Amino acid sequence: MKPELEQLVHRAQQLYEDLDLAAVRTWKQAAPGRKAIGYMPIYVPRELMHAAGILPVGILGGGDRLEIIRGDAYFQSYICHIPRSTVELALSGRLDVLDGMLFPSIGDVIRNLSGMWTMLFPGRYVRYVDVPQNFDPKVGGAYWRRELETLQGDLTRLAGRAIKDDDLRHSIAIYNQNRQAIRELYQARSWQPWVYPTSELYLFLRAGNVLPPEEHTELLRQYLKLAPLEEDRKEKDHSRVVLVGMFCEQPPLGLLLTLERAGCWIVDDDLLLGMRWLTGEVEVEGDPLANLVTAFLEQSTATASRYQPEGDRGRALVESVQHNVAEGVIFCAPSFCDPALLDQPMLIAALDRESIQHTQFKYSEDTGQFAVIREQAGTFSDSIRLWSEA
Amino acid sequence: MSEHSVEKEQSMLLQKQMIAGHYQALARAPEEGRKTVYTFVPGNLTELLRSFDLLPVLPEINALQSGMRKLSAGYIAEAEKYGHSEDVCTYVKCDIGMLKKGNISPTGTQLPNPDLLLLSYTGCFTFMKWFELLRQEYDCPVAMLHVPYQADGKIHPHHRDYVVEQLRSEVIPMLEKISGRRYDEDRLRASLALSVYAEDDLVWVLESAKNTPSPIDAYFGGVYYIGPIFSAFRGTPEGVEYYRTLRQEIEARLRDGLGPITPEGSMGRERYRLVVEGPPNWTSFREFWKMFYDEGAVVVASSYTKVGGLYDRGFRHDPDRPLESLAEYCMGCYTNLGLPSRVELLESYIREYHADGFMINSVKSCNSFSAGQLLMLRQLEERTGIPGGFIESDLVDPRYFSSANIKNRIESYLQMLEQKRGTKVGA
Ligand code: SF4
Ligand code: SF4
Repeated sequence: MKPELEQLVHRAQQLYEDLDLAAVRTWKQAAPGRKAIGYMPIYVPRELMHAAGILPVGILGGGDRLEIIRGDAYFQSYICHIPRSTVELALSGRLDVLDGMLFPSIGDVIRNLSGMWTMLFPGRYVRYVDVPQNFDPKVGGAYWRRELETLQGDLTRLAGRAIKDDDLRHSIAIYNQNRQAIRELYQARSWQPWVYPTSELYLFLRAGNVLPPEEHTELLRQYLKLAPLEEDRKEKDHSRVVLVGMFCEQPPLGLLLTLERAGCWIVDDDLLLGMRWLTGEVEVEGDPLANLVTAFLEQSTATASRYQPEGDRGRALVESVQHNVAEGVIFCAPSFCDPALLDQPMLIAALDRESIQHTQFKYSEDTGQFAVIREQAGTFSDSIRLWSEA
Repeated sequence: MSEHSVEKEQSMLLQKQMIAGHYQALARAPEEGRKTVYTFVPGNLTELLRSFDLLPVLPEINALQSGMRKLSAGYIAEAEKYGHSEDVCTYVKCDIGMLKKGNISPTGTQLPNPDLLLLSYTGCFTFMKWFELLRQEYDCPVAMLHVPYQADGKIHPHHRDYVVEQLRSEVIPMLEKISGRRYDEDRLRASLALSVYAEDDLVWVLESAKNTPSPIDAYFGGVYYIGPIFSAFRGTPEGVEYYRTLRQEIEARLRDGLGPITPEGSMGRERYRLVVEGPPNWTSFREFWKMFYDEGAVVVASSYTKVGGLYDRGFRHDPDRPLESLAEYCMGCYTNLGLPSRVELLESYIREYHADGFMINSVKSCNSFSAGQLLMLRQLEERTGIPGGFIESDLVDPRYFSSANIKNRIESYLQMLEQKRGTKVGA
């Protein structure tokens, strides 16, 4: 690896491994009065925080690098892992740097975690972000606008400064740039997954959890520029797969590496979906809150926790397979994740109708053994290559 | 005792007849040209459906009935065979398995296919997935009613407006289309007026447990008492009659100083008064209940009997504000409340009902109920100074009902309460 890229990857890796949120502390210390707010998966309107001068910080649990000492005492064995590691992060003081937490409506576990937070950390700002499941502008749109206004009011108080329309327009533009860079990166990976292996791309995405969006966009752009300069990144006889089910509790990095080593190029995924929730540009001119509302109603991505009035679950996945010229789908969901696992049979039915191959397994963010997954993914990869050659 | 058990049987008989009659009506629905709407217990809109002459089907009730009749294990296995994960809510799998095996209701009658899936998205994320799955099976329309969560325990005006607007713009037009009838608000009002009678009587019955000894068990008995009002009979004359009869029976028990009726007759001496959080297990329901009444433990209040509405905290359907009150009803169901509100409610039950202890039955299926219950346990212990008990089981998957283990836990918990009592007396 050339030194420039090596440095860049090293930086992303450091940010990924930093459970103490040192980057957030540094950012806060750089100017007096700075505030940071954590948010869990999946979608929150980060633009509003940014416009208030608050740093939005993505909190995705503790991964495989956190020893759970107290968190397990709060959750039964049949509940997924992310809430226990998140509670562990908080009880161990690692989230003290945050001035509040937002809990999006992704499912009942995160929803209930918002109430737990209120009880565990009285006095801290906590909000459950209940996005609309009705997409009529006059109904769901009107509701969402009121919710955003309330959130805006809260953030104004927290930040100690009003959020002006121009601030919000500026923030929308900043996040548009960020989403654009991510889209370009995804497109580039889809074309040349050997240049942007997912185990690396993922680190760069994750950096967006703790960096201000301007800096994150710059980092992504550098990566986009530097990765293709690596001469040894060559096309291999791998299969092209889409990964689904990882929109909340994150897989350990080792799992992504394992899939790649097993012969799978990941050409699309639902990792860190919150960063890519809005599939297009948010209008910058005009009423910025209205623009955020419209973007949510019209440009939200298809995923398990968002209702699809038209009902054709699986269509987006089939389109992703087609658009990315994938040969198969790997369902890779956290154990006990009702949203992902209840969605699966519907997605599978859609794939079967199109004769798209698939396989499935479960993980936990702290899974440390990948031998079985490697074998299964390897067999799957071989079989779809055989299939496509046949 | 026998006299009272006969009286008790009158309300039970009535309920049995009502349920059987409803399943029969459902079985006849296709030939009679009646339309059916599948929907959920929390946030159910029974009066509204009935005002269009539509028949409600409640898949949760089918699942729990299948559990009680030992049918659920087979249904769950069937659903798992079709690729449904071992990890997810067993109500969903029980329902899907039942459908795959011909959609025969727990009473043995044929269930009609839905003409509409009314997705009252109240207090549980899984509801959305459940009906999305059914939509694929039945290929029928869905009306979504998104009910905002009361994270801070308050109903905000714009939340209510949002639900009302959805009723007006999404649900009612869909019901009109399915039924071929116009929305008749007067009919809805009349039905809501009937609801209030039943709600008043239900609250009286539930609150009778404040007496010592309690004339009812508000969990194991309570699940029978909530049956009609949480399902197809709110806002109907049969519903009103059922609750009037039930109330009279409990009034008589109270007058006679009797404890709750159990499957084995009147309970003996009341030794422990408990508050219970979480749904019961259905596959071993009687065995589970027996573990309590054999020890003289009576449940004086439970949160499960509030999943279809918190009437005991003052909510009533209001004929003068029909859609607004339906909206408030949906938002106020127990699992739609933030955890701090749930803890406050349980704490107030422990105090108001003079409970000696409280227990959480944590069911594997239900993230909505279960996620956070261990913290609820600690909070309640801290706030009341009373130690809590914690047991784990499932709703309708018998694989997760470990009888010996649960019995052991209940017994040791009650022994601990006894010891505590002894210490207090000695002190
Ligand atoms: S991993 Fe799944 S079940 Fe767990 S909190 Fe996330 S969405 Fe909910
Ligand atoms: S998750 Fe809980 S509330 Fe939801 S359908 Fe299952 S049992 Fe009912």
